[in-house]
Amino acid sequence: MIQADLTVILPEIVLAIYAMAALIGAVYTTKDTLAPILTWATAGLMALLAFWIATNGDGVNVAFNGMFVDDGFARFAKVAILLSAAAVLLMSQDYMTRRGLLRFEYPLLVALAAVGMMMMVSAGDLMSLYMGLELQSLALYVVAALRRDSAKSTEAGLKYFVLGALSSGLLLYGASLVYGFSGTTLFSGIIQTVHHGEVSLGLLFGLIFLISGLAFKVSAVPFHMWTPDVYEGSPTPITAFFATAPKVAAMALFARVLHDAFGGAVKDWQQVIVLLSVLSMLLGAVAAIGQRDIKRLMAFSSIAHMGYALIGLAAGTVLGVKAMLMYLAIYVTMNIGTFAFILMMERDGKPITDIDALRQYSKRDPGKALAVLILMFSLAGVPPMLGFFAKFGVWQAGVDARLTGLVIISAIASVIGAFYYLRIVFYMYFGAENEEPIDTRSSPVLWCALMGSAALMLIGVFYQFGIEGAAAAAASTLVN
Amino acid sequence: MDNILSIVTFIPAIAATILALFLHGDDAAAQRNAKWVALVATTVTFLVSIGIYTEFDPANTGFQMVEEAEWLMGLKYKMGVDGISVLFVLLTTFIMPLTILASWNVTDRVKEYMIAFLLLETLMLGVFMALDLVLFYLFFEAGLIPMFLIIGIWGGANRIYASFKFFLYTFLGSVLMLVAMVAMYSEAKTTDIALLMTHQFPFEGFNLLGIHIVGGMQTLLFLAFFASFAVKMPMWPVHTWLPDAHVQAPTAGSVVLAAILLKMGGYGFLRFSLPMFPVGSEVMTDVVLWMSAIAVVYTSLVALVQEDMKKLIAYSSVAHMGFVTMGIFAATQQGVDGAIFQMLSHGFISAALFLCVGVIYDRMHTRDIEAYGGLVIRMPAYALVFMLFTMANVGLPGTSGFIGEFLTLMGTFQVNTWVTAVAATGVIFSAGYALWLYRRVVFGDLIKESLKSITDMSSRERLIFAPLIVMTILLGVYPSLVTDVIGNSTAALISNYDTALAAAETATQVATSH
Repeated sequence: MIQADLTVILPEIVLAIYAMAALIGAVYTTKDTLAPILTWATAGLMALLAFWIATNGDGVNVAFNGMFVDDGFARFAKVAILLSAAAVLLMSQDYMTRRGLLRFEYPLLVALAAVGMMMMVSAGDLMSLYMGLELQSLALYVVAALRRDSAKSTEAGLKYFVLGALSSGLLLYGASLVYGFSGTTLFSGIIQTVHHGEVSLGLLFGLIFLISGLAFKVSAVPFHMWTPDVYEGSPTPITAFFATAPKVAAMALFARVLHDAFGGAVKDWQQVIVLLSVLSMLLGAVAAIGQRDIKRLMAFSSIAHMGYALIGLAAGTVLGVKAMLMYLAIYVTMNIGTFAFILMMERDGKPITDIDALRQYSKRDPGKALAVLILMFSLAGVPPMLGFFAKFGVWQAGVDARLTGLVIISAIASVIGAFYYLRIVFYMYFGAENEEPIDTRSSPVLWCALMGSAALMLIGVFYQFGIEGAAAAAASTLVN
Repeated sequence: MDNILSIVTFIPAIAATILALFLHGDDAAAQRNAKWVALVATTVTFLVSIGIYTEFDPANTGFQMVEEAEWLMGLKYKMGVDGISVLFVLLTTFIMPLTILASWNVTDRVKEYMIAFLLLETLMLGVFMALDLVLFYLFFEAGLIPMFLIIGIWGGANRIYASFKFFLYTFLGSVLMLVAMVAMYSEAKTTDIALLMTHQFPFEGFNLLGIHIVGGMQTLLFLAFFASFAVKMPMWPVHTWLPDAHVQAPTAGSVVLAAILLKMGGYGFLRFSLPMFPVGSEVMTDVVLWMSAIAVVYTSLVALVQEDMKKLIAYSSVAHMGFVTMGIFAATQQGVDGAIFQMLSHGFISAALFLCVGVIYDRMHTRDIEAYGGLVIRMPAYALVFMLFTMANVGLPGTSGFIGEFLTLMGTFQVNTWVTAVAATGVIFSAGYALWLYRRVVFGDLIKESLKSITDMSSRERLIFAPLIVMTILLGVYPSLVTDVIGNSTAALISNYDTALAAAETATQVATSH
């Protein structure tokens, strides 16, 4: 029995043991000089695990009496999480080294966060959900404050920690209510009580608190306040990490809880998700207009994008979950490219995040400017870039679920949002000349990430590497 | 050739890719190479597209030369042409080499400029050939990107405002259309345009937010598409982006905008609104007809007081597009034929007029009407060409402009006499603003010092105008060149429209009698 359980959870165990062993090894040997090797090793291990999970898993495997579920949905999310975490680690190495930030803890904390995220998306029980969530969050609080001598970075870490603790509290309170009114913490047990008769008021309260806690993790409005500050304050590679893997994990967990535990009460949570989605899209679109700092801008952009992804969740259908997974996969790919570019932006060795610095950038480096142009139009959802198909997918799910009003609001929000993506293009291509141009030093990794992600936005229109089929399969295992 | 449509569509894109990947440097030789590659590519596209014309069978009202392949997310890559779209394809391939020639003097970022125009051509051709809703949307919307850059990078002083206004205005219209497309997909379970044309969308009225929607879903879908196409056309009162975009765009950009991009709106009405939402169209007919009549009169009056030549021609474009929407929504054979004819003829005439402005702008770097006068003395050939197109713009018999206006007015007269009467005054106004412009620029004494050394058209410029002159006069004296090709398709469109309306009428009567 135990052996079967351990087999199911093997990837998580491997990654966790690696992280702990490497931690001990590094502490007792050469510490930070090992950091570059550890970064590459961690990224390599993650990529390997992603490959392993993608090729080996099949069917639904349940471990530890239902507390841990390994199904197509979890595997899809895990592959996305591991690959994006690996990509961010590789991208950050050069940046962190040159700024003396590359401590050996960094790759290992990211690895531990990844273990937490893998735990989250496989959670089959409120307890394992919380375990995964906290493992992830604690690792993230620390990396946010990685630059210890910077007031902004420590502020980001502290802010994230305090607000994160609050949201954990909300979540736990919700979990205890749910347990109190359903008599179990297992999702498979909760859904039984929901199926039979009405959702009791207490359970509904618990559900709302759970949603609030999760909404904080996906930074949906009105639980988004931490996002811009944390994005701005953290070192840029960490911001890139925040914008990718944890978003996938949190959205996947969101879908997991709502469908696995409350699948019978779609009507009860649908309106809440619709509200979160509308607010996120509108605030993300409007608030980003005033931003001059590209990291803050990307923070609001991520809020808006989570709003669009939530449309898929709000639909409460197989199509909706599939669209949401596709959206996340495409969103993560776009963000990796965009952050690769942000990591390159510097002047005299100092990182620059002011978008004013991009003026007439296309004249100095047409290739990279073109890649950013493609990414910006893709983020705005303009065809033929892949970002358009992401939006098309969630809208289709939304209309199918008779959420036409939501879809129309999101259409309007996407026009407002297009403005600030266009403005970056405007600065790069036809803004006034800047006296202090930036130099974009590019390591080969960053260059590959930027160009690769831009190329994928175009190639994806013809061929999507089977992601669509995988997302459809993943969605159908979750929703039933 | 089995894939002639795809070949025509993607030749420019391939040329653009070649330019992007293999042409380096920004010296004179590289610039010349970029221009030649673009010119050769667009000319080849035009020559190949003649194959579409010869292979096209006017008697067949269905889609021809259809290509179909699986695409992602259950969508299809499906291309085809019918009588309504085939001539727009040819118009596009015909105009593009001329715009490249007109851009021969560009010196700033020539490679990028040519790439933008080549990509734009691919996207415009795709719009007219796509037979899948989402594929259509993809081409329709993607065209905004190169145009945004063309206005923004190579435009005039106020280009930033104009480019943002252009992009956001049209983007807002388009996303509403996309929502409608998604709704159609979820209702009809297909995105194939040919199948959607035969699908009957529900038209039972219902209440929405306390308002009774006559024509139900069809009306809502119609309005969503209308939002997009009306902006694109552009129709009064959502035309305000056009003068800004035209004035700020470089000459070639204005030409493409006026000659081809505006036609996408009219094409959209014919491809989607009339055949797919007959009841919705019928409900809105009066509104659209009056909007068109107002557009014709109002924008003609606005054109009368313009100080800037491009702005004047831009407003005259809006007025001429008013005739087009009027003809389309009259939904009679003459009206629709006339609308298509007017769009094609306007494609030649407005292109030529913007090129005429370009000729003197290149020399004097101003578009103020005030700055000119007496050009006929130094530029007789130019004066002749400009006069021909001024007259064509006014609708002088013997030029293509006359046929289009006459047919649309005749088609509308059978449906709504008052609208026709109001719109017909636009013909007089157009004579007013066009002739007055001509008089102020070309006639009078050549007193301005700066104009005394102005030179007449170069042979390159004459070469650009020659095909346009031929087409304008040819279509003016021999209109069946167009009407024979489109006639059967428009007849089928009208008869399907009438049948669908009659069926809807019967259905409503049956429903109420029970």
